[in-house]
Amino acid sequence: MIMEKFLWAFVVGGAICVIGQILMDVFRLTPAHTTSSLVVAGTILGGLGLYEPLIKFAGAGATVPISSFGNSLVKGAMAEYEMNGIVGVLTGIFEVTSAGISAAIVFAFMASLFFKPKG
Amino acid sequence: MSNKKKKKLTPTQQQYQQYAKQREPKRPVFLNCARAFLVGGLICTLGQGLQWMFISYFGFDEVTAGNPTAAVLIIISVLLTGLGVYDHIAQWAGAGTAIPVTGFANTMASAAIEHRSEGYVLGVGGNMFKISGPVITYGVFFAFVVSLIKIIIKELGGM
Repeated sequence: MIMEKFLWAFVVGGAICVIGQILMDVFRLTPAHTTSSLVVAGTILGGLGLYEPLIKFAGAGATVPISSFGNSLVKGAMAEYEMNGIVGVLTGIFEVTSAGISAAIVFAFMASLFFKPKG
Repeated sequence: MSNKKKKKLTPTQQQYQQYAKQREPKRPVFLNCARAFLVGGLICTLGQGLQWMFISYFGFDEVTAGNPTAAVLIIISVLLTGLGVYDHIAQWAGAGTAIPVTGFANTMASAAIEHRSEGYVLGVGGNMFKISGPVITYGVFFAFVVSLIKIIIKELGGM
């Protein structure tokens, strides 16, 4: 059962990265355009309620790629809306993703204190 | 290059564009995809392993385990970026390292490190989101629009 979860995480996570690679190579998008497109795709899939089943199925294979960032934004906004009404869309949007963004800011800043540019 | 831009060029320039396009090395799309699949899949498997660890040993459940997992992946990615290792992997793996959340942390850390010579406030603080900014901007904007549409449908009695 656990091995199965790992296998699907590998396959689904890899497949999402292949979609990104195709966007970069075939459609000639820059990495920034590619990640933005995937995030937007994540918000739309999240809005349609299709991303949660994928997470249930593939675990980290769906939560680690950047598309889950879009899904989490919608999820946070909708959860706050249920509790506090329309203003919840604004207050809740970063609720689920806060850990990721805060961690990235804090550690990126610490890295800039300790490391010098390479190459 | 878009067609609109192409029309403004002189015939010679158009010829050159075509010539340059012919000479451009063909991208090994299939090989790149295989590498992206392998590395991207491995990063997600590592994430799955961390998640499993947080659930079994630290008392998190399926939903809450996502946060510490993302945080640990981000720390690893920032460290590897600072040591100059992540960029080597990224060169080989392409989208395999750019699409997972580690790629997001990598763009922020590398921008922060690269601009530290311009000072900590305007350099590091101002440029940290230079590459990762679009992801947040478009993510938040579309999340807002999608949520509003969903709410309108809900209020009108659908779903």
